[in-house]
Amino acid sequence: MDVLTEDWQNGGFGLYLHWPFCQSKCPYCDFNSHVSSSVDQARWQHAFLSEIERVGEETGGRVLNTVFFGGGTPSLMDPALVSAIIEKISDTWTLANDVEISLEANPTSIEARRFRGYRDAGVNRVSMGAQALNDEDLKRLGRLHSAAEAMEALDIARKTFDRVSFDLIYARQHQALDDWRAELDTALSLSLDHLSLYQLTIEQGTAFGDRFNRGRLGGLPDDNASADMYLATQEICDTAGLSAYEVSNHAKNGFESRHNLIYWRYGDYAGIGPGAHGRLTLLGEKTAIETHSYPQKWLEAVEGTGTGEMYRELVKKEDQALEYLMMSLRLAEGMDLDRFHALAGHRINPLNINRLADLGMVFKTRDRLVATPNGRVLLNSVLSELLAE
Amino acid sequence: MTDLSKIRNFSIVAHIDHGKSTLADRLIQETGTVKDRDMKAQLLDAMDIERERGITIKANTVRIDYKADDGQDYVLNLIDTPGHVDFAYEVSRSMRAVEGSLLVVDSTQGVEAQTLANVYQAIDADHEIVPVLNKIDLPASDCDRVAEQIEDVIGIDATGALQVSAKTGQGIRETLEAIVTQLPPPKGERDAPLKAMLVDSWYDSYLGVIVLVRIIDGVLKKGDRIRMMSNNSVHPVERIGVFRPQMEMIDELGPGEIGFLTASIKQVRDTRVGDTITTEKKGCEAALPGFKPSQPVVFCGLFPVDNAEFEDLRDAISKLSLNDASFSSEMETSAALGFGFRCGFLGLLHLEVIRDRLEREYDIDLITTAPSVIYQIYMRDGTVQELHNPADMPDLTFVDHIEEPRIKATILVPDEYLGDVLKLCQDRRGMQIDLTYAGSRAMVVYDLPLNEVVFDFYDRLKSVTKGYASFDYQMIGYREDHLVKMQVLVNDEPVDALSTMVHRDRAETRGRAMVEKLKDLIPRHMFKIPIQAAIGGKVIARETLSAMRKDVTAKCYGGDVSRKKKLLDKQKAGKKKMRQFGKVDIPQEAFISALKMDG
Repeated sequence: MDVLTEDWQNGGFGLYLHWPFCQSKCPYCDFNSHVSSSVDQARWQHAFLSEIERVGEETGGRVLNTVFFGGGTPSLMDPALVSAIIEKISDTWTLANDVEISLEANPTSIEARRFRGYRDAGVNRVSMGAQALNDEDLKRLGRLHSAAEAMEALDIARKTFDRVSFDLIYARQHQALDDWRAELDTALSLSLDHLSLYQLTIEQGTAFGDRFNRGRLGGLPDDNASADMYLATQEICDTAGLSAYEVSNHAKNGFESRHNLIYWRYGDYAGIGPGAHGRLTLLGEKTAIETHSYPQKWLEAVEGTGTGEMYRELVKKEDQALEYLMMSLRLAEGMDLDRFHALAGHRINPLNINRLADLGMVFKTRDRLVATPNGRVLLNSVLSELLAE
Repeated sequence: MTDLSKIRNFSIVAHIDHGKSTLADRLIQETGTVKDRDMKAQLLDAMDIERERGITIKANTVRIDYKADDGQDYVLNLIDTPGHVDFAYEVSRSMRAVEGSLLVVDSTQGVEAQTLANVYQAIDADHEIVPVLNKIDLPASDCDRVAEQIEDVIGIDATGALQVSAKTGQGIRETLEAIVTQLPPPKGERDAPLKAMLVDSWYDSYLGVIVLVRIIDGVLKKGDRIRMMSNNSVHPVERIGVFRPQMEMIDELGPGEIGFLTASIKQVRDTRVGDTITTEKKGCEAALPGFKPSQPVVFCGLFPVDNAEFEDLRDAISKLSLNDASFSSEMETSAALGFGFRCGFLGLLHLEVIRDRLEREYDIDLITTAPSVIYQIYMRDGTVQELHNPADMPDLTFVDHIEEPRIKATILVPDEYLGDVLKLCQDRRGMQIDLTYAGSRAMVVYDLPLNEVVFDFYDRLKSVTKGYASFDYQMIGYREDHLVKMQVLVNDEPVDALSTMVHRDRAETRGRAMVEKLKDLIPRHMFKIPIQAAIGGKVIARETLSAMRKDVTAKCYGGDVSRKKKLLDKQKAGKKKMRQFGKVDIPQEAFISALKMDG
């Protein structure tokens, strides 16, 4: 590959679909999710198919590597709706031979009943939002399932799909390092091939955020404790053969989420559904696209004007360089320094790299820059140091 | 020209917030000098900063026509003086330009230290003083008590004190009558050679320098060639006028009158407050007594946060200097802060006003280094050096001894806070000179080192007395003491902008307080940072800022890219507000905050 070319094929092409509804809102969640008593799935199907067609017209002829149903709670979708969408997708693009079609699922018994339907529709990977492995903590996190129910759902998922991932949230209220070690050991004993392990983040505009602001969210580990938990997580997962390939994602070799890798490798992705973001190379220019985030507004826009788009703008080369840097350094494989150079028009200041290398935050191979586990836990600061003038 | 017997010149002496400007406004309004519809509150305080802080920096004047109860027309000239101690010399000149004063005291509060300082200036200038008890409309007003206090503390007769509410207008007419009947008319010889006092001056972008004058003898006419007696510079008079309060041009000013002139003068520096103005030829023999060129007392470094703004800062400073002769500046280079200016001020308020104006009117983010006073360094070879900047401290082996400026501070404080005030003064190396009582208030006089006062003494005083103390000071000279230069090292690198001169006995306490403060002010870095205070090579205090442990976004997918990039941009902007010392970023506010002493 010519080092000075930059195109979406460096990262692949994926499609994200956003299902914005949940049965209840979790207190930590700041995603675009809404609780609605009834959803007209036929109406939504119509809108999704129309949007797929519209985006397809701009990206026709491409090979699609991945599809991801995220939310909200996509496991509340009718399997028939998922099936119609996937069918439309395969009519619109050429699917890669190894296409990955993922769906996020809540591990309840009701949802597990739909798994077979999803598989028949073409879904080949599910990501289960288990979040915790004891009932008390699940309740605190506002989850509707029990730990036992999650295990059952997991069982069904593994019998149904080729690939299953499991999400856990740690650094929770009243969680000590040893509690987390034990929980992580339990999770690892399930011999999964993919784990997403997120530290609890208190976001503004969430129920936890409000409680935190009022000083009513006790028992959270401080930065030191949560840094210790992060480093312990790396060590335990390394030993178990499930090394981190990204800040919060662990997988056996070859079982990484290919869809998410497209984000982190700064490939091309289209976003369909309310509040979905895209980065698409159109006529040779990287373009940022955003849709209306409020579900009703998106639906009416699609039906009324033929597009759910709210925002479209070219991403300047230097901003692309920045976006590539901050996404790719999340990965254990790090970033391609030449690709950054091609985008930014300059190299990262070698003094900044050396300084961070001396501190054990990054290391450099011939053409790549990689954040160490110590650097990854301080990634925001590492980025700002790398970019310092 | 007005007959001397029909002129009354006066100033108003008052503490901040006792209603001086409101009273002036009311006098102007009552006499119809300004139409009601053109009135805006506090007419005489022109600048935003002045209006916000309720202080007057430049002397303002207004000429009021008043038909008195005796049926005669009078001309009343009010000079509104800067009330703050930083401008004591300017106040003294304004006082010499008038024959009487209204002493305005808030009848709900009583006499304050600042009132005292200014009223003594009025007494020094042989003023007739008319006490005015203001704010009598308020329920807390207690005229008898305050009148008694005026007699006790100031020692003037307050039996006939006027009772006024500048807010409602009550007593305003009586005040105007008192000005006519109780204050003496000015004296002066119309036929004598011109002798005028330069009361104040400022720069106007259309007219050049405007010079406020009081004619003592003779007549000032348009076209006269005038001579400044301090430097013998000669200028042709272009315009003569009076303020009502807007400018009104007239042809001449006679003895006893107050007005302004313009004479194509480019710089305020060429017009010195207190100077005597006469004609180029056949001028007066002797200049007026008491003139002295203004001397900066407090110095600090001003540096742009963004080095690229240095030229903007240079421009802004030169523009401000056009209008303020008492503010000095010279270029300074700091290893840590780059290019900036070492600036001299009349006092702390003056410093703050200039800094605020640079930031506000010229939109420049500034790093202000620790204010310093002028030390006299007596060298072993017999020479004496003035030290304006601790960073320039010569090698100690060549120094014989150091002298520092001392002040006499007068503090008026309610009884219950006296203990705290004494402790504060004691902590600042003060020596008590006097302690007297007036009713339930104590008047404490202390001899204090100026360097202990320049920084946050006034803030501390206000805080320990819940705002009830008032404070004033005057310079009393230099005295030797055991002073040393204390350096601060961040990550083993000396930060020159944080160097201060301290008394040896207090160095440990100060050093400890500073490194503790800095530990809180400097954000955590990816590595641990030692913060030390040292004298010479000896470390006297040390703290360690531990390394940052966690700073990462747990979840970052396709939809988070834009949001995350904004965060990174914000972080970058935040970094611009900091200065890098070696490997450490220090936020700009740290340079001042580190020096504040809480206890």
